[in-house]
Amino acid sequence: MTANDTLTVSASPMNAAAMTDAAVKPKMSARDVKVFYGTKEALHGVSVDIRRNEVLALIGPSGCGKSTFLRTLNRMNDTIDICRVQGQILLDDQDIYDPRLDVVQLRARVGMVFQKPNPFPKSIWDNITYGPKLHGLATRKDEFDHIVEVSLKRAGLWNEVKDRLLEPGTGLSGGQQQRLCIARAIAVSPEVILMDEPCSALDPIATAHIEELIDELRENFTIVIVTHNMQQAARVSQRTAFFHLGDLVEVGDTEEIFTNPRDERTQGYITGRYG
Amino acid sequence: MTDFAQPAQVASPQPDAISFHTSTAAEVRLKRRYAAERRFKMYGVVAISIAVAMLAWLLWTILHNGAGAFVRTELRLELTLDQARLDPQGTGNPAAIDKGLYQELVQEAVYKLFPEATSRSDRKALREMVSPVAGVFVAAQVIDDPSLLGRTVELGVPTSDAINQFAKGNIDRDAPPETRPLTDKQIGWYDQLVGQERISRTFNSTFFTGADSNYPELAGIWGALVGSLYTMLVTLVLALPIGVAAAIYLEEFAPKNRFTELIEVNINNLAAVPSIVFGLLGLAVFLNFFGMPRSAPLVGGIVLALLVVSTIIIAARAALKAVPPSIREAALGMGASKLQTVMHHVLPLAMPGIMTGTIIAMAHALGETAPLLMIGMNAFVTEAPTGILDSSAALPVQVYIWADKPERGFAELTSAAIMVLLVFLVLMNGTAIWLRRKFERRW
Amino acid sequence: MAAEHTVKAFEQELRRLTNRISQMGGYAEAQIADAVQALVRRDTALAERIVQADARLDGYEREVEHDAVRVLALRQPMGSDLREVLAALKISADLERSGDYAANIAKRSVALAKLPAVAPAAAIPRMGSLVRDMLRDVLDAYVDRDVEKAVTAWRRDAELDGLYTDLFREALAHMAADTDSIAACTHLLFIAKNLERVGDHATNIAETIHFLVRGQPISGTRPKDDRTCFETMPHAASGRAATP
Repeated sequence: MTANDTLTVSASPMNAAAMTDAAVKPKMSARDVKVFYGTKEALHGVSVDIRRNEVLALIGPSGCGKSTFLRTLNRMNDTIDICRVQGQILLDDQDIYDPRLDVVQLRARVGMVFQKPNPFPKSIWDNITYGPKLHGLATRKDEFDHIVEVSLKRAGLWNEVKDRLLEPGTGLSGGQQQRLCIARAIAVSPEVILMDEPCSALDPIATAHIEELIDELRENFTIVIVTHNMQQAARVSQRTAFFHLGDLVEVGDTEEIFTNPRDERTQGYITGRYG
Repeated sequence: MTDFAQPAQVASPQPDAISFHTSTAAEVRLKRRYAAERRFKMYGVVAISIAVAMLAWLLWTILHNGAGAFVRTELRLELTLDQARLDPQGTGNPAAIDKGLYQELVQEAVYKLFPEATSRSDRKALREMVSPVAGVFVAAQVIDDPSLLGRTVELGVPTSDAINQFAKGNIDRDAPPETRPLTDKQIGWYDQLVGQERISRTFNSTFFTGADSNYPELAGIWGALVGSLYTMLVTLVLALPIGVAAAIYLEEFAPKNRFTELIEVNINNLAAVPSIVFGLLGLAVFLNFFGMPRSAPLVGGIVLALLVVSTIIIAARAALKAVPPSIREAALGMGASKLQTVMHHVLPLAMPGIMTGTIIAMAHALGETAPLLMIGMNAFVTEAPTGILDSSAALPVQVYIWADKPERGFAELTSAAIMVLLVFLVLMNGTAIWLRRKFERRW
Repeated sequence: MAAEHTVKAFEQELRRLTNRISQMGGYAEAQIADAVQALVRRDTALAERIVQADARLDGYEREVEHDAVRVLALRQPMGSDLREVLAALKISADLERSGDYAANIAKRSVALAKLPAVAPAAAIPRMGSLVRDMLRDVLDAYVDRDVEKAVTAWRRDAELDGLYTDLFREALAHMAADTDSIAACTHLLFIAKNLERVGDHATNIAETIHFLVRGQPISGTRPKDDRTCFETMPHAASGRAATP
């Protein structure tokens, strides 16, 4: 230790970047979102911004509402009869719960990857072209072929399956199936990709592939990922939000959340002092 | 360095684990468990054996009774097909010839065989040894091969029902004469003919080609079969689309409220309604109110469709429910609408289950008798129906009709018809099981 | 952080680390005190014992390092737990160096015992006691996780530096006046420097404690008052040289 260790002000270098980011409009933002299952309130007023081209991780113990919140972002909760959503969720300044907005179109812009890989029991080619066919993104076979190739390449699966595109998607390994589902989601050129614990059914190597993929996808998409695995959230995300019993307790830069969280509940959860 | 605090020693009721499981008391308990298992297995085996035995007995009885129907006793006769006699107008059209004339020829040929029988009663007895509709068979042969006209040919003609049964051993020659339809004389003649090697047995193809008739020799299931097929067709065309569409609506689209629950309960109840009630419904509504043609496959088909649609709905719903929700979520997440999700993904995957359920339902409908009787599908029709509006019979109904008839020949025809029915049912159920196996998916 | 870790073994491993640090701290404190004692009393036997005993601190430091690496690898600690482990690593290094300095002082005291006493040596006990206080305070602050205490100790480094500067000047003057005392004064200078370094290490520990508890490095510059780098030779025997 020499004489000239002048320490800087406690603001981390992150904050400087954060302040300029705030000036850029977020891709999606939630304002006081409440979700009710019947009379039970599952989410109590969640407000958070989702910035462009960033990975936002949602963490928290089981039943804390993170998956519920994720599903409000593409209105998948509409499929559950007793579910009601209040509050505002904006996608590029458009309220996605506006009755005039077409939910089918919304889901083309906000795609979803699920916990258990769920390729259709059809060929790989059919799996990927289903979305584009649905939304009319292509008409000729060569156009479809191009979409298939690009999507599979982006998902890091092209080399492994390029010779067996007509084989059923369900014949792939778990990790490959999940990458197929990701390829299927990006085939419709969404703007946001929601991932609900995408690696929880996969082994560590497959998980690593997916995490690398998420890192690459960040360039072109905005990603929100729910994960039980804190280390994964730490590895993969730029910002992390901690949910607890239906509340959004804390949201901030991943580094800060995991080295010096502000809220005691967050601290308790990440250090394993929960419960 | 780490010291783990010992958990407080609770006074445990459990003895030491190792000795607990290896003591003699434990052995005794184990033996009792094994014995109980063996007893249980035995109960199962006994139950199945009883069921199998009853089934085997039933099948054996039917086979035994019906096997004879596939064989016909024939008498070889020399017939002179005199053109001048048969076709006096010289039309040259074999079909126009009066079948009664053929019958006369046949009878004359029989008289020739027993020239000693000259008395009226004898001749009558002789006539009674040959089928009253033998001429029809001869006519059929001539129509097949018109070159036979004008020639003397040796043809086999069917014997009468009494001789037929006697030849098959269903009539006891030693029984008192009042109880049997054949006199001793006739039996004597018969033995002579056997000695002359004029009695032969051939395959009774008429059983499959003929329609209903008053004469067992001419009676066949073809009419009833066609009637059943038309009926099934109508049933399928009505019940399948309605059933599947209702199932899709109830499973995928209907809101979960009291009203929907009510509908579901009623559909399940509908499947349990006695089938004759549907017959009464058909009689009251379709025949009396709408004035539809009686005995027509159309009406039968509609009635059976009502019977069967609830089964199809239940089977289709089960098949739709079996499609895992992850597939639906995947499709919805891609931006498919609810209808697209169902049509593109759920329905194709549920199709094997729906088909299986439909085939089983159809097999059930094939064997239904009571409702068809109520709407009059026991019409006595001697020709197969040509459309769904013609009067016709159905296979199970045919069985019912024949079972009632006095002639002995019909007894074995009844059993034979039951065999045909069973074959169809086994085929249909077998197809359903094969389909189910083939398309069984592991998600 | 009232609640305990759900996984008890983790809790125990962390506690083991912190306990070891406390142990090291007490030990280092004792070494310093004894070294000053040995110097003042010219007790060479004590000095020998101190030098031997330093190996124990080295051993502790290796242990702490090993345990810390283990916890990092196997438990992936986050948040306060991560800071806990890092703090333990840093503090053990500081304490081990402090122990080395104590041993050094002890060694030099043997040499000094063979030489006649010199006047500047009178300042050593005061420096020694200040250093002891600082160490004791930061170690207490560590055990109690008391940031205020740590910061107060952190500030006292200026005082220690002041004492060191004074002794430096005095020794220089003494050496200029009496060349026979050069050997003794040189030893003294080194001893004083060692004590000043121990003070710096105590300050490091204080900063680490602040990071441990608050999650942020301490704000503000470390108060330093070491002006010895600017000292030049005094003129004749008049005493203080002109200092900027």
